[in-house]
Amino acid sequence: MSHSSATSSGPLPTIPPLLALALRPLPLLPLQLVLGGFLERILRHNPGLLDRLGEHRRARFGIKPADLPFAFIVEAAPPRLQVVRELPPGLDACVSASLANLLALVEGRVDGDALMFSRQLGIEGDMEAVLALRNAIDDARLDLAAELASVFGPLGEPARRSFELARDRLIGASREQR
Amino acid sequence: MELICPAGTPAALRSAIEAGADAVYCGFNDETNARNFPGLNFSRDELRKGIALAHGRGKRILVAINTFPRAASVALWRRAVDDAVAAGADALIVADIGLMDYVARQHPDQRLHVSVQAAAANPDAIAFYVETFGARRVVLPRVLRVSEIAEITRETTCETEVFVFGGLCVMAEGRCSLSSYATGKSPNMQGVCSPASHVAYEETAKGTTSRLGGFTINRFAPREAAGYPTLCKGRFSTALGDGYIFEDPVSLDATTLLKGLQAAGVAALKIEGRQRGRAYIESVVRHFRRALDTLEDGSEADIASLKPFTEGQSSTLGAYRKTWR
Amino acid sequence: MQLSLGPVLYNWAPERWRDFYFRVADEAPVDVVSVGEIVCSKRSPFFAEHLPEVIERLQRSGKQVLLGSLILVSLRRERRQTEELCAIDGAMVEVNDLTCLKSIEGRPHAIGPFVNIYNEASAAFHVRQGAARICLPPELPVSSAAVIAAALPEAVIEMFAFGRVPLAISARCYHARLHKLSKDNCRFVCEKDPDGLALKTLDRQDFLTINGVQTLSHACTNLIGDIENLREAGIGSLRLSPQDCDMVEVAKAFRDMLDGRRDAEDAGGRLSELYPGVAFANGFLRGQPGFSLARA
Repeated sequence: MSHSSATSSGPLPTIPPLLALALRPLPLLPLQLVLGGFLERILRHNPGLLDRLGEHRRARFGIKPADLPFAFIVEAAPPRLQVVRELPPGLDACVSASLANLLALVEGRVDGDALMFSRQLGIEGDMEAVLALRNAIDDARLDLAAELASVFGPLGEPARRSFELARDRLIGASREQR
Repeated sequence: MELICPAGTPAALRSAIEAGADAVYCGFNDETNARNFPGLNFSRDELRKGIALAHGRGKRILVAINTFPRAASVALWRRAVDDAVAAGADALIVADIGLMDYVARQHPDQRLHVSVQAAAANPDAIAFYVETFGARRVVLPRVLRVSEIAEITRETTCETEVFVFGGLCVMAEGRCSLSSYATGKSPNMQGVCSPASHVAYEETAKGTTSRLGGFTINRFAPREAAGYPTLCKGRFSTALGDGYIFEDPVSLDATTLLKGLQAAGVAALKIEGRQRGRAYIESVVRHFRRALDTLEDGSEADIASLKPFTEGQSSTLGAYRKTWR
Repeated sequence: MQLSLGPVLYNWAPERWRDFYFRVADEAPVDVVSVGEIVCSKRSPFFAEHLPEVIERLQRSGKQVLLGSLILVSLRRERRQTEELCAIDGAMVEVNDLTCLKSIEGRPHAIGPFVNIYNEASAAFHVRQGAARICLPPELPVSSAAVIAAALPEAVIEMFAFGRVPLAISARCYHARLHKLSKDNCRFVCEKDPDGLALKTLDRQDFLTINGVQTLSHACTNLIGDIENLREAGIGSLRLSPQDCDMVEVAKAFRDMLDGRRDAEDAGGRLSELYPGVAFANGFLRGQPGFSLARA
């Protein structure tokens, strides 16, 4: 069936403010540990990512889900992920969008330029680094559910299913599309 | 008509083929092609694999080597030609006259396409490329009306290819130094227009300001649809008024003209966007595949579905429409 | 080193246009003059009646005359016009679009700055076709020009040395668009702006100049401080592109500089007097942004 891309079915939903508020007091360290391991794994499974990042592989990217009370600082080489309440100054580039759009971007389900044209994606800082990151990720054909499953070893399959369910509810896409 | 689709990465190439491309065009990851963007394009190895994938499915790969070689470094461009030929490229898309000369002499059997960057806008210029270098196809600049395309195709012995979707150069392609005036980098020399390295966005109370090389290109209100920070689609100020002096932020969409282009004798339709993501490639290629497949049965193509992919969230028929000029 | 005067790019009143060339013929210390309407084919008929006397007067004063071809040729009428130009005897055509090449192959001709020659291989191709002079694209750095000049000692290699830089050509007329007119019914509104129409950024920074279907820089290229550099690079000719200022005096300033009668500072000061209120630039020469100005 045709892949109805997220952009053509209208803007993706955002996290309800109340839920975001509820997430605010959560400790960040456990999340940072889980996501850090996740990032390391993704980079190990997708060596092409670093090649495409090229000279920008050492850039520090700020990723701000606009609908969540925290943000991420991501570095590819060496792989490092920090969870912070506010992005600090001095990062090479910052990308902000709703969590749903960020996830859809990572999986190549939406076109970054289209998000920019519709003002659903904010970018600041080193535009070359942002482009390199976007192109590297788009080429990697990442499947976050499958990557997540591999983190959880024997519990991988249930973890994958629950992530897919959550993601698809957020993105509003049906699972058959993958 | 053949559907020619862009690919900036091997993943996009696969997507284009799966979505129904007859041929995919791509370039090497260096300054030899006009989409020399960070993280984009193909290594020699990736091109070989891409060609194998395409040929396995009966599709073609066209390799764009369409910047103008730098003096004293012509060898880099010639090597790109040699490597593309060795990899089994179905055609080379070339703009520089010296490089076409090289292709014609060194690889006389290689199919040669005249790039849009060569700005061959009339039958006499096209005839020059055909007679001198044996060019088999010319990609027409986006400055012509459909009636002119028909006339050119009638008078020309090679095939013609036209753009049907994506970025729209307002200026004659390959003859524009607006980008290098502001940034020192140009489509012709470095393969970049309004390069990311010179783009800055600033958020202020008035909205988002885009700058290129320090020059303000545009200012968008918070929810206003935006475009690329290219000079020809910026907002400027003159004694006669402010606004989009050259062109609005729009993309070309010629879906409704496909029949006319077919009647004009056009051999191939091209989608712009090697810099775009897989989601764009999948949706746009699928849209045009369907439109071409149903061209005969008279069903109306759904032109609204591509709107999210367009600059400024709006599309134009560009110069194909008479009143554009 | 030669001085050449490029064609008038703006839509000047025909009498003024004729008188400009008469004065150039009588007074300007230039060796080569390129004439003809190369920007917009709709303007050509206005100058056509004066063209023969202008050519005759220039040639009588010992200047080599080049007939500039149209930059963007798409209409049938434009193709015919270009073909007729190539058929004229007694003056070399300056090719601004490859449309001419088929009819001119083997005959000596000049290549204007609108033909893409970025390297020695392309330049050699054109020389083999009969190009005796090549004015390189304005965005080309002098490092590339030096390679081309060294490879082709038989051709005169020229660089764009004075004037607002032609940056782009389009099928769309921006003068007409600004005046809310169609191109077919443009009423020749570009004649209101003999030095082009200023385009600024939203922050009111000077940026570009509109001339009908052509877009030029706001800044005026000025290579008078780079003459030594250009000589070393083997450049054989400098092009001065007419602006709405005293071009005869501009040519004299360049000639004085070339002949050692003025130094760079003095000659540069003279140009500022002659064309006041416009920023000078030479960035393209060094591969820098074209609007920028660097001192050697």
